[in-house]
Amino acid sequence: MTASQETVFLQGHIIDSLILAKVLDTIVMMGGTFDLQDVTIGATRDAPSQARIVVRAHSSRLLAEILQAIQPHGAAVERDTDCQFVPAPATGIFPDQFYATTHLPTQIRLDGDWVEVEGMEMDLGICVDPAKARARTLPMGAVKAGELIVTGREGIRVTPLARPAERDVFGFMESVVSSERPHQPVIADIAQRMLKLRAGYRQGHPGTKVLLAGGPAIVHAGGREALTWLIEAGFIQVLFCGNALAAHDMEAALYGTSLGYGLTAGRSVPHGHEHHLRTINRIRAIGSIHEAVRSGVIAEGIMAACVRHDVSMVMAGTIRDDGPLPGVVTDSMQAQQAMRAEVQGVGLALLVASTLHAIATGNLLPAAVPTVCVDVNPSVPTKLADRGSFQAVGLVMDAASFLKELARELGWRL
Amino acid sequence: MSRLLVCPPEYFQIDYEINPWMRRENAVVPSRAVSQWQTLMHVLEEDVGAGVERMPPVPGLPDLVFTANAGVVAGRRAVISRFRYPERRREEVYFAQWFREHGYEVLMLEESLYFEGAGDLLGFPDTWFGGYRQRSDIRSFPKLSEIFQREIIPLELIDGRFYHLDTCFCPLSGGELLYFPAAFDAYGLTAIAQRIPDEQRLGVPEEEAIRFACNAVCIGKHIVIPAGCPRTIQLLESRGYQTHSVELGEFMKSGGAAKCLTLALD
Repeated sequence: MTASQETVFLQGHIIDSLILAKVLDTIVMMGGTFDLQDVTIGATRDAPSQARIVVRAHSSRLLAEILQAIQPHGAAVERDTDCQFVPAPATGIFPDQFYATTHLPTQIRLDGDWVEVEGMEMDLGICVDPAKARARTLPMGAVKAGELIVTGREGIRVTPLARPAERDVFGFMESVVSSERPHQPVIADIAQRMLKLRAGYRQGHPGTKVLLAGGPAIVHAGGREALTWLIEAGFIQVLFCGNALAAHDMEAALYGTSLGYGLTAGRSVPHGHEHHLRTINRIRAIGSIHEAVRSGVIAEGIMAACVRHDVSMVMAGTIRDDGPLPGVVTDSMQAQQAMRAEVQGVGLALLVASTLHAIATGNLLPAAVPTVCVDVNPSVPTKLADRGSFQAVGLVMDAASFLKELARELGWRL
Repeated sequence: MSRLLVCPPEYFQIDYEINPWMRRENAVVPSRAVSQWQTLMHVLEEDVGAGVERMPPVPGLPDLVFTANAGVVAGRRAVISRFRYPERRREEVYFAQWFREHGYEVLMLEESLYFEGAGDLLGFPDTWFGGYRQRSDIRSFPKLSEIFQREIIPLELIDGRFYHLDTCFCPLSGGELLYFPAAFDAYGLTAIAQRIPDEQRLGVPEEEAIRFACNAVCIGKHIVIPAGCPRTIQLLESRGYQTHSVELGEFMKSGGAAKCLTLALD
């Protein structure tokens, strides 16, 4: 829910006179909240200070009361203007000065009214339909010539996330990445969330899907059984991966190896390096992963569990792929589009052991979706946060340990 | 020599009610008003040694006598008041005219930015204080601060009886402050305490605050104070000030006393 809000401006000798303190106290005492923005403290005693304050209240009526109470102390409402928009000059090209989105809830002002932008995602443009008073996000590549695109910064407001009611690891909304952070409490919190989400999903509640974006390390590090169990137990509804995770998983199903290494014995098998190619070739011959599972060729593992439990899968290709497997989307923009469609309704995202898929998924997720990034390399969660997904909780640990601990927490008994 | 702007009370009366003190049935006795005002002038000129500039009174503008509300002056620059009540707005042109004729650079704030002159803007050499909420608009102070290059600490006036800052706040030449604490809220009192140390703050009792004890004129070590404030006088004399008590009951009917009847020109 986006609360009612208004931005006010306060200036003068507002610090020493405690006028700023009085205004902020008044807001809070009346039941509102505030965000201090652009506070400039006068450099000398003579120089004035100024503050821009975003005032929020749970209703427009309370907001009006608060604004009325702080107005005599000089807190003047900043005059809002409508947002600006111009037609896209050509298909696939935004107008100059287009507004680039964040992944936070955003509203634009159209003809005096604040309109919620639909489909929030970072690094997109905003396409406006003034006749219907609606606005939605749009990737650069998807814009058609003449579509009205928001430009500049006026008449746009971005709402920071309210602290969630749950007092778990996600409540802090900070991506502190440390290899020394104890894992167990974080995993326990994730498990709690997943139990709640599964219950909600089974009752048909929106926003209850769990997404896992993963790399092939899940398989060769030994997390395959745990992930398979999580899928079979109904904890995961969407899987994003590349050619490799699927190929290694099915190689394990067919040959008991991952990239030629025996998963149980841990040593290389003669001609094992060919196993993944033979796997890919076999599935290509069958025509699809679904068919391979349905016909019993792939009897167990992650892919089998996904097919049997109706998990939505998007496999995105890369330039180093062998094959690829049938179903791998090799056009990156098409893959992005497919992933964008699948993040709708996701209530938790687990990004495990894949830099590429973690960042691509992070880019698509609204800030309100709790996100966990697990990697042995601390640079991956750091990179994710640097690219704007500040809500992601970083866990520096290997994929298999994470998935096993998570599954155990949820009742997996090997 | 300190110079003060004053205006004789020839047309002074209560024509309207714009503060809790004014009641039309409590009519001013003109002869008494004139005699009280003349006594005040005598004290200021003869006893205190101030120079007094008299501006001509105007029929139909009874409150022109309260020159403290003409504006605020620093150096050769005068910012003329913007009165909150239309009854007093007609005074603005006469004050502006006087300053213009006397060689001042005359400035005015934008319309609707209420500011009632030295009635709401008082201070010490480096810090000024601005009273707001009752009459002046707090948003006038950043503009005045820019014009005069002075820090202006806004103070909310929370008691309608003390509708101008100069009715409850009087900076003294020695750095002390004569004030009525209950006219301010906790924020204002904290802001005052941050600028004026405890031993320099002289609080007046309520019974004398309502006798306009704080509406005093301080020139050097002289303080001209309305009659009926013995405890305040005692307090001031203990700090080495020479007090001059003047009966100003006719003007109090309108909500003003010694300070309201004068405007410091330098």
